[in-house]
Amino acid sequence: MEYEPVIGLEVHVQLKTETKMFTRAPYHYGAEPNTLTDPVVLGMPGTLPVMNKKAVEMTIKAGLLLGCKIPETSKWDRKNYFYPDMPKNYQISQFDQPICDGGEVEIEMEGASRNIMGEHRKVQLTRIHLEEDVGKLTHCENESLVDYNRAGAPLVEIVSEPDLYSADEAFAYLTALRNCLVAAGISECDMEKGQMRCDANVSIRPKGTHELGTKVEIKNLNTISGVRNGIIYEIQRQTLAMENNQPIVQETRRWNAEEAYTTSMRSKEMAHDYRYFPDPDLMPVRVSKEWLNEVARDIPELPFDKQRRFFNDYDLPYTLTSVLCPDAKLAAYFEEALTIYKKPKQIANFIANDLLRELSAAGEHGALPLESCKIKPAHIAELVQFIDKGEISNQIAKEVFPEMFRTGNPPGQIIEEKGLKQSTDTGELEAVCLEVIAENPKPVQEFKEGKEAAINALKGQVMKATRGKANPKLVDDLLRQLLS
Amino acid sequence: MSDEIYYKTATELRSLLDEKQISSVELIQAVIDRTHAVDSKINAYLDTNENQALAMAQASDERRASGQTRGPLDGIPVSVKDLIVEKGKKARCASRILENFTSPYDATAIINLHNAGAIPWGRVNMDEFAMGSSTETSYFKKTVNPWDLERIPGGSSGGSAACVAAGETILSLGSDTGGSIRQPAALCGVIGMKPTYGTVSRHGLIAFASSLDQIGPFSRCVEDSAMLFDAISGHDPLDSTSYAGEIPKCADALRTKKGPWKLGIPKEYFPDTLDPEIHAAIKSAIESYREKGCEIVEVELPHTDLAIPVYYIIATAEASSNLSRYDGIRYTHRSDETSNALDIYFKSRGEGFGEEVKRRICLGSFVLSSGYYDAYYLRAQKVRNLIRKDFQEAFKKVDALLTPTSPTPAFKFGERSDDPITMYLSDIFTINVNLAGFPALSLPCGLTSGNLPIGLQIIGQPLKEDDLFAIAHSHEEAHDYCKLHPCI
Repeated sequence: MEYEPVIGLEVHVQLKTETKMFTRAPYHYGAEPNTLTDPVVLGMPGTLPVMNKKAVEMTIKAGLLLGCKIPETSKWDRKNYFYPDMPKNYQISQFDQPICDGGEVEIEMEGASRNIMGEHRKVQLTRIHLEEDVGKLTHCENESLVDYNRAGAPLVEIVSEPDLYSADEAFAYLTALRNCLVAAGISECDMEKGQMRCDANVSIRPKGTHELGTKVEIKNLNTISGVRNGIIYEIQRQTLAMENNQPIVQETRRWNAEEAYTTSMRSKEMAHDYRYFPDPDLMPVRVSKEWLNEVARDIPELPFDKQRRFFNDYDLPYTLTSVLCPDAKLAAYFEEALTIYKKPKQIANFIANDLLRELSAAGEHGALPLESCKIKPAHIAELVQFIDKGEISNQIAKEVFPEMFRTGNPPGQIIEEKGLKQSTDTGELEAVCLEVIAENPKPVQEFKEGKEAAINALKGQVMKATRGKANPKLVDDLLRQLLS
Repeated sequence: MSDEIYYKTATELRSLLDEKQISSVELIQAVIDRTHAVDSKINAYLDTNENQALAMAQASDERRASGQTRGPLDGIPVSVKDLIVEKGKKARCASRILENFTSPYDATAIINLHNAGAIPWGRVNMDEFAMGSSTETSYFKKTVNPWDLERIPGGSSGGSAACVAAGETILSLGSDTGGSIRQPAALCGVIGMKPTYGTVSRHGLIAFASSLDQIGPFSRCVEDSAMLFDAISGHDPLDSTSYAGEIPKCADALRTKKGPWKLGIPKEYFPDTLDPEIHAAIKSAIESYREKGCEIVEVELPHTDLAIPVYYIIATAEASSNLSRYDGIRYTHRSDETSNALDIYFKSRGEGFGEEVKRRICLGSFVLSSGYYDAYYLRAQKVRNLIRKDFQEAFKKVDALLTPTSPTPAFKFGERSDDPITMYLSDIFTINVNLAGFPALSLPCGLTSGNLPIGLQIIGQPLKEDDLFAIAHSHEEAHDYCKLHPCI
């Protein structure tokens, strides 16, 4: 029998706020342990939570971005359980009235090849709710250490419907979701930094049936590839169990990335009873029409909408749009260059190839961020202009680009300083051509006998002699004229 | 009647201080001396900070000398219930689990006291985590009723009530979740007031039941309580349940608001089981209001009998969650005999919490647990709304309600400690007010034949504390029950 997996993802995303969810303590990644705390974070007696309005606003923004309904009222609930990473031993979360209901995420499956767009589909969301993050435990041999820096950081949980049908779809979903949230400035979504975390609910069922199978929750999928591999493993594990007539137990399993398998954490019977109840320290959240409209003004274009626009308006090939569009900053950079000189394809090529290559080579840990790039979008536009005006060749442009990247100087200045301007002086060029003809009797002979390609050897010699500054079109014309 | 400084009211002392007949340093010293003399019997205080208090008194005297007093409470000592945190001071909630906890910050109410120039000078005993009606559940000591050393002072703010009654302070701050200010005030013959929910910040009040807790004043005259309420109330951005609108200023209103008022008598508050001497004292208080021209009407609060069950569901549910942070991991008591994380939880909490606290944590965890939530917690919230509506209906007809504060006078130690239900019934007249969020105070209105104080409860309308105090003040002016002091 053939089986079909059904997957739902619960994605936790840290919001990019200055301060924590219910107190003014700052939050950012990478600080010394236990330095981003205050009495509220540490759950000191008598402390009270005060809602971070900005975090609510960012959650509403995420909801509007993903087509969720934003109810007028949502509320805060306490999720009670004992664990040392949680100073109060309850987490303030949202149980039955989240800030966002429903919604969808457009995903793109892998195409037949890199150059071909894959199939698009919309994955349904259940809800998005806001909560506070917990601290981080480090287990040593005889003790465990707690770092409360992360405790209380604003965290949204984006819950999908069981609407993904392969590990690849889950991967595509996570990628698309990340692109949307990063584009809107809601989160950096860096999984390595724990800014985006994922749990997967996986079940399988005989292909063609509609009832959902017993679901197993997989935790600790902490990298994008881990999500794919963990789900693939779990589908195989469940399929094998089904084939051997072994029951699939409703349970929570942990993905072990190093050894690539899942192990049981707890069964359904051992599941926590979180004793949810409305947090009496907080008032319900009321989202007025005015507030909603205000947030709606700040919603960016979704990456796939941008891609469609780039196809239509700029006639760019798929490969270029698939590089530019997922990264909102890169796409904005591209469009800024277009305001100076509207040659989309050429400019896109410089950005997608030369610029990304330089950024990648310059970074110490991964690529250098675009914000630290010295080349202004206008410089790239100017560079293309120089090529189009025939003032430099493509080949020279490729030499100018690294200099632009290194110095941040405009291309004109670099071309001027290095004397790279294409020669258009026919007299001088004619002399060089004559010299090349005299020194290369063999290709001259071949060309005269009708071997068209032989002229390329001569052109190459002329370019070499002029150190690439000659206009290739002009050289071609001159050589033909002199050889006729 | 007493001419002793330590038995003066803040209102009287203010004049004495302004007229330079005494200094704040002398006042603090008198209170310290009195405490040294009697607290070995009363056991109201857990900690005092005498040197710091004298230094603050010195500063107050200097402010007064240079004409820069911070108001009517400048230089007046205030004792603080052990669950309102003060920076650098222990805040133990009379519990072993917090025996080593020192607060890194000040409660908003404490900051407000400092801003008013008042001197928080010692921390007083209470029932553990404010759970109890007799102060017997304190881990540290048994506070006695100054009127009869064999009897309890009431609770949970028993330390506050006892030290005010015994002249060991001028004023005190307590907290009231189901009657914890009013009941001990009644049993100790002082004034205790629970403000409208949201008028006094809970920031820095160690939570028992967040939707019910309010900080409030204890004093020996109505005007003092009004002044203390004025000082501690106000919007606080650090408490999301804090009321953002205008809160009445009450001390001045005592002179402008003179009635007559329309006063309601809820018949549900006069059951057959009510102590006959208390019944008589309340009746006579009602008569005295009638004689002053107040209209007395009978009103109904039909859901009164549901108060105890509803309260013990909501309060324990919230408490079970509020108290889960005391886990042996960070600032709390940790058992010496732990070998793993679960041990830390079980043994530390097992050793750290007393029996009554454990009982309520268990009850609260149960009513919130999966499968029981709807039947208990959710239904209790619905009934709570009905109780609130009862009050709203009644107040369409009247300005305030008059009831007894406690069904009995102070009882003896151990009399109810083995019977939780009887103990819970001690708060039968006060609990509804917390569930409804209304303000109320207890005012001395007589003594039993056994020389035990009786309290009249006056329940006011939300955010009309000015009327509430004025109504109490008019009774106080006509009688001298507030001026009675116990012989210790």
